[in-house]
Amino acid sequence: MLAYLSLLIVLPLLGALVLLFVPRQNNDAVRWIALATTLVELAISVALFLSFRSDSAAAQFVERVPWIPQLGISYYVGVDGLSLLMVLLTAFLMVIAIGGSWAGITERVKEYHIIFLILEAAVIGVFVALDLFLFYVFWEFTLIPMAFLIGIWGHGRRVYAAVKFILFTMFGSLLMLVSILALVFAHRDATGVLTFALPEILKTPVPLGLQGLLFAAFALAFAIKVPMFPFHTWLPDAHVEAPTAGSVILAGVLLKMGTYGFIRFNMPLFPEAARSFAPLLIVLAIIGIIYGAIVSAVQRDVKSLVAFSSVSHLGFVMLGLFAFNAQGMSGGILQMVNHGLSTGALFLLVGMLYERRHTRLIADFGGIAKVMPIFAAFFLLVMFSSVGLPGLNGFVGEFLILVGAFQANPWYAAFAATGVVLSAIYLLWMYQRVMTGEVTKPENAALKDLSAREIALLVALVVFIIWIGVYPRTFLDPIQASVTNLLNVVR
Amino acid sequence: MPILVPDINLRIIAPALIVTVTAIVVLLGELVTPAERKRWLGYLSIAGLVVAAFAAFSLWGANASGFSGMVVADNFGLFLTLTIALSAALSILLSIPFIHAHEIDQGEYYVLLLASVAGMIVMATATDLIVIFLGLELLSLPLYILAAFQREDTRSLEAGIKYFLLGAFSSAFFLYGIALVFGATGTTNLAKIAASLAQSAGSPMLSIGVGLLMVGFAFKVALVPFHWWTPDVYDGAPTTVTAFMSVAVKAAAFGAFFRTFQFALPALALDWRAVAAVLAVLTMTLGNVAALLQSNVKRMLAYSSIAHAGYILIALVAMSANGLSSALFYLLAYTVTNLGAFGAVIALSDGARERLEIKDFAGAAREHPLVALALTICLLSLAGFPPFAGFVGKFLIFGAAVETGWAWLAVIGVLNSLVSVYFYLRPVVQMYMSEPAEGWSGIRVAPLVALALLIAVISVIALGVFPAPAIALAAGGLIR
Repeated sequence: MLAYLSLLIVLPLLGALVLLFVPRQNNDAVRWIALATTLVELAISVALFLSFRSDSAAAQFVERVPWIPQLGISYYVGVDGLSLLMVLLTAFLMVIAIGGSWAGITERVKEYHIIFLILEAAVIGVFVALDLFLFYVFWEFTLIPMAFLIGIWGHGRRVYAAVKFILFTMFGSLLMLVSILALVFAHRDATGVLTFALPEILKTPVPLGLQGLLFAAFALAFAIKVPMFPFHTWLPDAHVEAPTAGSVILAGVLLKMGTYGFIRFNMPLFPEAARSFAPLLIVLAIIGIIYGAIVSAVQRDVKSLVAFSSVSHLGFVMLGLFAFNAQGMSGGILQMVNHGLSTGALFLLVGMLYERRHTRLIADFGGIAKVMPIFAAFFLLVMFSSVGLPGLNGFVGEFLILVGAFQANPWYAAFAATGVVLSAIYLLWMYQRVMTGEVTKPENAALKDLSAREIALLVALVVFIIWIGVYPRTFLDPIQASVTNLLNVVR
Repeated sequence: MPILVPDINLRIIAPALIVTVTAIVVLLGELVTPAERKRWLGYLSIAGLVVAAFAAFSLWGANASGFSGMVVADNFGLFLTLTIALSAALSILLSIPFIHAHEIDQGEYYVLLLASVAGMIVMATATDLIVIFLGLELLSLPLYILAAFQREDTRSLEAGIKYFLLGAFSSAFFLYGIALVFGATGTTNLAKIAASLAQSAGSPMLSIGVGLLMVGFAFKVALVPFHWWTPDVYDGAPTTVTAFMSVAVKAAAFGAFFRTFQFALPALALDWRAVAAVLAVLTMTLGNVAALLQSNVKRMLAYSSIAHAGYILIALVAMSANGLSSALFYLLAYTVTNLGAFGAVIALSDGARERLEIKDFAGAAREHPLVALALTICLLSLAGFPPFAGFVGKFLIFGAAVETGWAWLAVIGVLNSLVSVYFYLRPVVQMYMSEPAEGWSGIRVAPLVALALLIAVISVIALGVFPAPAIALAAGGLIR
């Protein structure tokens, strides 16, 4: 069998290598090569998705090669439904990101695309790694390209945002590194086998006395990434300063690494601790839902509004996951995808506006719908998807999460539901101020509506937004086996 | 009365011997080499180091001891020998253009450097406190002179004097420690000390002696609070000498440090492990926090080298086979990474005018993308980012600590590396995220510097991505 997953990791790196030899001034060639690479990557991901057997929770397309045999470390990759869904989301959003950078990035174009492709390889690696060491290597390595994207091509306080992003994330992940070591040596003491392979470590329960501490360390690393309240303070800075495509990937994919980590590592490795920590995490998630929504409502900058809304939406995801029932968990996982699509699309739209006006302040706009009707239509649809309008993707995810939360504890659902209402308020209010009414500013009178490229990108996103809203089973079925399996361990 | 036949086995000391002979040849060659051909002395020195490295390789696995148990050729010592030879060869590659640009290209430079290397190899392979001391002195004396090699520069002279005074001071501590240990055990041979301590309980005299030995080592590897000489000496010395000192001295001194404490003094481990743990915490923390405050790259790397000594000390605290091999791997990783970083700093200098302030690096990525990339990779490796050598080194050391129940020390270690990320990123931020400073035009990177940089960066990546072979070599261990 071909090494499909390795191909997914290597292909973007090969693309980056090719870009290295493209002449500096030939920006269009750089863009096309990068786009072609991400399109091939997407095609392979789709092919994997189609040939995936969704009746099994076991990892598929597995590859394993010894790497550091002295320590039981191997290059060990494989995907279950959840991983594959994340791989698909990554590959899809990378195409959107490269396409969305076409006009906005005019400086150091070559370096930009090289860094983007390296980032893609690292993120895919995170989602397919089955060896704790390999996972950690990819996990840490995603920081560097993302920080460069923010620091070089970002706005205003970009260096501050980039460094803050690295330091916050590393704080959690370094403690996770020590916990990985503690976990591995505890496993060795129990079984006599030194291995970093997750499936093998899962076979032996972690001692109860150790679970709490290790759960906390892993959870901290992932909670910072998600980001959960109160570890979210890096996120608005990173989002606001990042270039548009950087924000799309940051919101769409990198935050998912945090929730993915909870599902892949925290729950199955430390099920007892997960149960005792669940109320705390759920309360933090609900605080995040409400707090993120309220703070969004008072933002004057459209992009920080969308950034804070991520805190709120990721709160929903965490709530669903830690409700520990099938609806909640499926909804949480689906909402990870939904947030990637909707918020990614919102950042893309905000970026399109910024490219035309070089401002993102709500007060600078008004009546944009009159000048850019196509833009306004897409904006409205994506916004509805984010609010959770029935028929669109957000509704399915939030509904499942609320059903799950209600089963766990009706109060959870009651408080979380206020977040849905608040999200309607802040988004619609923003839409009203930016889009409706008369054109008050003369600078806005001559804005050009969307180009064919921009429409194509948005159509691609909208297709999935509607698809998931109407027929979510395409994406829910492959994760069922994993969800059932996980719930059996945790409950 | 039996006749004592001297136990002479030149093969065991072949690497040190070859380096010494090379030094003598270079010294004589200096007399007949015309001024414009001085670089050939550098090439000759590198050739000698390569031969010495081959000699070390041929001894791999021999595990032989000679000179009545004073010197040993075990894999632990040979690994360090190879590391030292590599660091010296890379330093010389950097030095040839550097000392030419600074008009200090005299053959003595290479002679002194080689003499120091001979001392380091002796120190790393010695199994007797007296021979360790011999190596220590042979290592140190040439370095005092090298630190002051830029005679026109008062800061270089100051560095030499400071290093000499404090070095002499620490030698005295070390020697006094040897005397007390000899008084308590009746021998200076490490194996015999271990045997003697296994039978008898310790005494106050022994404890004081061991403490003084630790102070002596702590001076040489620059552990807090015995580090005060480091920033000034590293800052004042010629940059190539600083690069060499920061890595090779550590390799040699840590080698003897580990051998003495882990091999000869396990009986007292309860006491010295606690002391070493405290020293490690102080060293990591102070080194990193002080490095945060530096605006000069050389001083930043000097303080950060203090911090790295702290990480390596964790491996000694672990006192296990994995600890030993992790220290060896870390020393190798640190050697190639730090030499790469210094090499990039040298590559970015403008002839004799060096760029040493962090803000001088602004915009370097546009003018010298490859050098900037090399410096970035080395700094990320120093900060402990995967997939580079420094990450694997830290991973192994923290792993050894967790394995032996010192997880709290590993936690302090990782928090320290978080601090280090901040200052290692500052030059990167300047190079990539700031507008170019003036004066970049017309800088050419010397081919030899480029070669050294290439070797270093390839090693940093190779050790990070395929660490298994080096870990296997480092696991050879001490002979008992």
